[in-house]
Amino acid sequence: MILYILCFILFLVGLYGVITRRNVIKIVLGICIMEYSMNLLLVLIGYVEGGIAPIVVKGVEDTNFVDPLPQAMVLTVIVIGLATTAMLLAIAIRVYKKHGTFDIREIKNLKG
Amino acid sequence: MMKAWIPIFVILPLAGAFLIPIISRYFSRFGRILAPLIMLILTGLGIMFFFREEPVLIYHIGGWKLYKGIPVGIQFVVDGLGVLMLAVINLVGFLAAFYSISYLSKYTGEKYFFALFCLMVAGMNGVVITGDLFNLFVFLEIAVIASYALVAFGIEKEELEASFKYQVLGGVASLFVLLGIAIIYWQTGTLNIADVAMLLRESDSSQVLVFVQILLIAGFGLKAAMIPFHAWLPDAHSSAPSPISAMLSGVLIKAVGVYAIMRLFFNMFTMNYEISMLITVIGTVSMVGGVLLAVGQWDLKRLLAYHSISQMGYVVLGIGMGMVILSVDGNRAVAALAIFGGLYHMVNHAVFKGLLFLNAGAIEYKTGTRMLRELGGLSENMPLTASTSLSASMAISGIPPFNGFFSKLIIIMAAVQGRFYLMALLAVIVSIITLASFMKVHRYAFSGVPRFKNKKLFGEAPFTMALPMVVLALLCLGLSLLVIPSVRNIFLTPAVDALINTLNYAKPILEL
Repeated sequence: MILYILCFILFLVGLYGVITRRNVIKIVLGICIMEYSMNLLLVLIGYVEGGIAPIVVKGVEDTNFVDPLPQAMVLTVIVIGLATTAMLLAIAIRVYKKHGTFDIREIKNLKG
Repeated sequence: MMKAWIPIFVILPLAGAFLIPIISRYFSRFGRILAPLIMLILTGLGIMFFFREEPVLIYHIGGWKLYKGIPVGIQFVVDGLGVLMLAVINLVGFLAAFYSISYLSKYTGEKYFFALFCLMVAGMNGVVITGDLFNLFVFLEIAVIASYALVAFGIEKEELEASFKYQVLGGVASLFVLLGIAIIYWQTGTLNIADVAMLLRESDSSQVLVFVQILLIAGFGLKAAMIPFHAWLPDAHSSAPSPISAMLSGVLIKAVGVYAIMRLFFNMFTMNYEISMLITVIGTVSMVGGVLLAVGQWDLKRLLAYHSISQMGYVVLGIGMGMVILSVDGNRAVAALAIFGGLYHMVNHAVFKGLLFLNAGAIEYKTGTRMLRELGGLSENMPLTASTSLSASMAISGIPPFNGFFSKLIIIMAAVQGRFYLMALLAVIVSIITLASFMKVHRYAFSGVPRFKNKKLFGEAPFTMALPMVVLALLCLGLSLLVIPSVRNIFLTPAVDALINTLNYAKPILEL
């Protein structure tokens, strides 16, 4: 159980970073930390005490397999995370070129 | 036979998104031909699905049928609610794509625009037809990542800032959704929505489920821009190119936000009173707050974006009242009326808000500004834009022959019959403030002293922009016909039934 709670704390660390940091790059890192905590949680959900890799060959049927589905999900989440992070960083670089700063307090043309 | 056509809704736009950047190297106008063509085909297919032979159509991807009553593969499911969403998404998508042909002359990189447009439509169609929770997350990400790029399409200061804000909040929302899905998988050991629905009705782990429901309301609420989570919407929707604003406000916040909430909270979770009441209150707060924030705006597109929050509040209020009445075993006829009002208003909102954003785009295209104080007397320069904008404004503020009047009336009637007197009163007041706000738009933009004297330079918008506006204006009047029972029974009643009889979704999938 302690592992799951640590995972959730890692999620909250990332969320804290997104909410409190002022630097654009640090906000992106906060989102990355949240994503990694989710990957960890998904793998943990599929873990079985003393389980082995779920590869069915002759002679090893009906043994204690770990759940393979969360691992497939984690792979997908990593790919999606790559897309979101690349997109975020591309926009962050463009923002820096246009505004000349990474500080979100100074990037405030839109309000009201 | 129609089952085999279901995956077309995802395959065709995905193929378009792949082909457009490649073939545009040799034939530069390929995107502007292919993208509207794909959307036209999908619109026709979506309307054809209203006349399907079975109420729920199921397509097993890769032919993975049920194994001993357990779904092993991913299913695509089209039921009454799904087909309604598909028709709205693809119709508004077609008109926006057609409109973009002239509008994009201001921008470079036409091929990337149409490729991203197709990708966004593929994601939204996928969210609507998928029957698997994780697949829903994947399609949701496809739709929103394409929309992040489209919001930043102008790559000026404002667009980039809006896109960054949208991405950070959207990324956090996606992770909330993923956390909710992970916990559901942990508790039930399955990801199929129908399977989860049956398992949740047998087991009793309500403490965990309340946490999951709060996570999902926060995640999808952020996507739907309900009021405590609305900060990104006015920036993103006003900075995007106008046809994309029409898609975002008209369709995206419904498909990935409100549709997902409806599907999961009616057809998957067992309803409880507290969560239903929370959804109703969020809807009411959005309805009132959105319109109060909209009144003071002087940027036309920003004003329209705040009205989107307010109008989606009406939809969520209708849906939420239906949930509350069902969760306490109240009068099912009143619940059906409330849900009918919510869904009807959702369809209407897609039409009139899409039209208003296209009008704003036409004004910006011709005059180069969207600040209301700098405009004036445009009804002489652009008579078509002025008249279509007038019909959309009357629809959104609920003036009788237009569709907005009937859907608002039905929501208010349901609120009175279900004894939500405060909500009914607020809905009437919000409607009046909306009318005042759009009178301001017409006073400053279309009437008054003409500022743009040169009629050759500031004339009517070109044909490809004018046609979608006229079609949507006619739909504003035509959708009023949906209150007639015989028309309603074809288009809206199956959707209401799919939500009211909560297990009608799960049973055909599990072959019970």
